[in-house]
Amino acid sequence: MDDLARELNMDPIALREKNAAKDGTKAAYGPTLKDIGFVETLEAAKTHPNMQAKLGPNQGRGVACGFWFNIGGESSGAVHVNEDGTVVVVSGNPDIGGSRASMAMMAAEVLGIPVERVRPIVGDTSSIAYSFLTGGSRVTFATGMAVSQAAEKVVEQLKARAAALWDISAEAVEWRDGTAYPAGPNAGEFEPLPLAEIASKSGRTGGPITAEVSVNAQGAGPGYATHVCDVEVDRETGHVTILRYTAVQDVGRAIHPTYVEGQIQGGVTQGVGWALNEEYIYNAKGQLENPGFLDYRVPVASDLPMIDAVMVEVPNPRHPFGAKGVGEVPIVPPMAAVANAIRDAIGVRMHDLPMSPPKIRAALDAGELPMAAE
Amino acid sequence: MARVFVSGSVARHLTGGETEFEVKADTVGRLVRELDRRFPGLGNQVEESMAVAIDGVICQDTLMEPIPPDSEIHLIPKIAGG
Repeated sequence: MDDLARELNMDPIALREKNAAKDGTKAAYGPTLKDIGFVETLEAAKTHPNMQAKLGPNQGRGVACGFWFNIGGESSGAVHVNEDGTVVVVSGNPDIGGSRASMAMMAAEVLGIPVERVRPIVGDTSSIAYSFLTGGSRVTFATGMAVSQAAEKVVEQLKARAAALWDISAEAVEWRDGTAYPAGPNAGEFEPLPLAEIASKSGRTGGPITAEVSVNAQGAGPGYATHVCDVEVDRETGHVTILRYTAVQDVGRAIHPTYVEGQIQGGVTQGVGWALNEEYIYNAKGQLENPGFLDYRVPVASDLPMIDAVMVEVPNPRHPFGAKGVGEVPIVPPMAAVANAIRDAIGVRMHDLPMSPPKIRAALDAGELPMAAE
Repeated sequence: MARVFVSGSVARHLTGGETEFEVKADTVGRLVRELDRRFPGLGNQVEESMAVAIDGVICQDTLMEPIPPDSEIHLIPKIAGG
């Protein structure tokens, strides 16, 4: 796409804006897209301060966009109210990218209590019903859906317990900000009952307050990203330095924004490793010569600048809080973004990964494209 | 009636090359049964190996999802990962 933009003498983002999928666009794989935020990622990338940074000799800028379907699947969540008014959230997916905190936040939001009073734990398969695999895109979406629904059931129980204490109908109880109120003047006059007070009397009103929900979550909704990468290429060694990296993504509604940013940064980091370094090297006997992380080079913090993660939020209407999958989308654009930046920097179009120093040196020596003006 | 669009070589083989047709079904489970009645083997192929996009929303591994009237249904390969 960047080569096309160059041929057309167009800004690479402007070219993408003219052709971007939007609500109502037929996807290449068939369905008509809706509730997608691709155009919004392009707009945010275009106005990001990194786009104004001046480039020097042997430096270049590449743009790339990516998408992933995302999926939901089977997930289970349980919510228990303790007698002291704290709450435990149990889910079956090990923490990924901070998903436990997201579970606690969603439960707290439904219950109307501070998140500090919610303790999220990961249960094994003997203590919580089945949850499908723990991946970067589906846990906050699908398991979060189960946890939210379990918390909604708990709210119904809390209302019923307040009703029992007031000796009125449960329909006459309203729940807001973690407290039961009489729904109106006809319900009677009662002092509001906070969750902790209802919890302290739960033994007298029917026993522990708890709910578990299992779902097969559908409608994850596709995620889109626009990445902009600035590099500097050392023509002598072929080494590529990432100068700046801007990753814009439609994340639906970010449940825990800093963890969402972390997921985006992690995806970019993996992608940069894939772009520049990661490969299996076998010798003539078929033996792997780089079996450890000393030789199988993944990026470390000192290899990268701060990755500027930018979230745009086009909520997913099929999730209680609008979440979309986040973790897989940011692995899609980095290889193309880095390759486009290298092309922009030194005039060489790389076609094979990784774009490691020996390959860049070889491509420069072969003079695959005329050198960029220096 | 839902309008069904078929992609994927196995599914197209089972429909005898038909890629677009109408089906009366209000859940994915009933869609699967109706597909199998019309094109033997296609129902199983959809249930085991394909995802069903209903008006742009991808569903998989479910027979329960409702299909609104006049939906656009795309039978596409199942998505792995997560």
